[in-house]
Amino acid sequence: MSGTPERNGRVTDGGTTAEPLLEVRDLSIVYDEDVMAVDHVSLELGRGETVGLAGESGCGKSTLALGLCRLLRPPAVITSGSVVYRGSRLAAGGVDLMEQSSRELRKLRWREISVVFQSAMNSLNPVLRVRDQLGDAIDAHLKLGRREKQDRLGELLDLVGIPRERLRSYPHELSGGMRQRVVIAMALAAEPEVVIMDEPTTALDVVVQKEILAQVVELQQRLNFAVLFITHDLSLLIEIADRIAVMYAGRIVEIGTAEKIHNQASHPYTQGLLGSFPSVHGARRELAGIPGSPPDLRALPPGCPFVPRCAHAREQCREIDMSLGRVNDADASHLTACPFVRPRTAGDWSPTARTAEAGPAR
Amino acid sequence: MITARPTPAEVLPAAAERGPLVLEAHALTKNYRLSHGPRGVVLSAARGVSFGLYRSAVVALVGESGSGKSTVARMLAGQERPTQGEILLDGVAVQPWKRGAFRAFKSDVQMIFQDPFASLNSVHTVRYALSRPVRLHQHLKGKEAIAAEVGRLLERVRLTPTDQFARKYPHELSGGQRQRVAFARALAARPRVLLADEPVSMLDVSIRLGVLDLLDELRSQFELAVLYVTHDIASARYFADDTIVMYAGEIVERGPSEDVTQRPAHPYTQLLVASAPDPDKLGDGLEPAPSGPPRRAGSALSSVVGCRFAPRCRLATARCRAESPPQLRINSQRAAACWRLDVAAPDLLQQDIKQREETIET
Repeated sequence: MSGTPERNGRVTDGGTTAEPLLEVRDLSIVYDEDVMAVDHVSLELGRGETVGLAGESGCGKSTLALGLCRLLRPPAVITSGSVVYRGSRLAAGGVDLMEQSSRELRKLRWREISVVFQSAMNSLNPVLRVRDQLGDAIDAHLKLGRREKQDRLGELLDLVGIPRERLRSYPHELSGGMRQRVVIAMALAAEPEVVIMDEPTTALDVVVQKEILAQVVELQQRLNFAVLFITHDLSLLIEIADRIAVMYAGRIVEIGTAEKIHNQASHPYTQGLLGSFPSVHGARRELAGIPGSPPDLRALPPGCPFVPRCAHAREQCREIDMSLGRVNDADASHLTACPFVRPRTAGDWSPTARTAEAGPAR
Repeated sequence: MITARPTPAEVLPAAAERGPLVLEAHALTKNYRLSHGPRGVVLSAARGVSFGLYRSAVVALVGESGSGKSTVARMLAGQERPTQGEILLDGVAVQPWKRGAFRAFKSDVQMIFQDPFASLNSVHTVRYALSRPVRLHQHLKGKEAIAAEVGRLLERVRLTPTDQFARKYPHELSGGQRQRVAFARALAARPRVLLADEPVSMLDVSIRLGVLDLLDELRSQFELAVLYVTHDIASARYFADDTIVMYAGEIVERGPSEDVTQRPAHPYTQLLVASAPDPDKLGDGLEPAPSGPPRRAGSALSSVVGCRFAPRCRLATARCRAESPPQLRINSQRAAACWRLDVAAPDLLQQDIKQREETIET
């Protein structure tokens, strides 16, 4: 493919005809007045959909997740944008989370939108038993009688595959995987429609990670909630997500279906990420990596922030506005911020940015 | 006639093709007495671990957290005294934990730690961190000679301009840069063996490969014997000649990395490989988790009899629970500690028989 594709302004991740469950428009979040952690990000989450948000540390993915449910504290300030939520029980007509009072937000949080935080070790209170901890969450958001609450606690543990007698355990008596399951059970306590998962399995061993992910997928099929799954591990997202948004320096640089991101990655950063991780499966391929290191958000270059690390960088890159355009005119769901580089097809894994002095992959 | 029954075996590692044996772990065992629980409970973090490190070759030690891989690395580094077993340097038993022997040992064997944020003293500059080992191990005297050597070291790990980096404090460096300083510090001792304990797991995905490439380059340049400790079996596939898989303190499988990862023989290795994310599966790969409580993890308590993986193993029999399996031959380069190899990896055994019969005939 050659030439610049048609730029159709600030288009969104179209493709879905029904109104999305959660619709983020032009969200910007600034720290300390000068660090643009999230820069005009738009993202949609459909009912029952799993959207993956991939990026490295400091790219703004966690800030985005916390920002869209208004969980950030100063010095983080939301400077622009809207997040419209359209629930089936509540807020059917759509409410803008950015305009809700804290009392109204409390009604939405947990019941409608819940969050599974990074590292379960730290998000459970060490001096509370599992029962009390889960019970607190239920008391705060649901009105249940004593008996009902007991039943619900048992159901929740059944849901995530933990024996009921563990209700009496303290967090330190549980393995890392079990703790993470408790946190997931907690997030699901009020049957929310959106669950935001921020690196839920990063600290876990790969076997446990797989078990928990399988569990989440199974629960999702059963309870039909939507998941925004945040991780640095793109290979994992390709396996579990319907759509993937790749973030770099506070911006979404590419978004598309998992299949498109895997087979027709278009943005040089996405291509670089895909070429960075060794896979235990499939034929050996040449790994490329990305030269340089992630940028300092305080001192971003004008235009595309990936320029210093990009093998395809050219003069015009310093002037582009990073709005998303279609990779392929016929496909409204696959968007990239790079107007120049077009997908490599699967099988064409010639590295783009291998530094000359790097040793051979043996 | 050669039978299908695997026999206890001496394997010749693929790493041995690259150079002579330098450092050897011989039946290393490390027991910790647990302070809690019933009296006299002993945890063997490592049990009977034997392997060799060869000049210019990389051996990967793979396992989940708690498998004992770091304990083995620390014993080899002389930082932990083995309960039983020997460490042999050039065929001679050494006791680095003894007073006076440690520094001499350190001149040959250096270690790199997982967390570059913790392994460098934050109140000293990079120059200070590097001049000390230069003075102690290379016995250089005079400011200029030392400064010149520090410059050379920084150049080797590509932290240029070198005098700029020499003046920096750890907090002024990124994670990847700090890890490069840690490499330079290890090289300052002019070692022959490098023990790298999860050297890239704390780094961003996009820069991991660069650091691994550097490690590989230093290996070939200085003919280092490298032990690469990791939880990521995929990176072992790409980076190591041989891969040794540990479970609950014991070696369960060993062999050339490509073989072990592509055709794993031990049920645990099979589980590990199957659990690694596989982007090629694109969403349909995650089968829902089996219902019921997660299976009990294997225990490293020294009182455990039989195969330590048996509680999680789908193939376990009464023999597995009663009798600890020795390392059994799969072929001339591979072995696994499993009684059920004839079921777990029948074709591998058949292949070996065929090959051996052919060599007898010719």
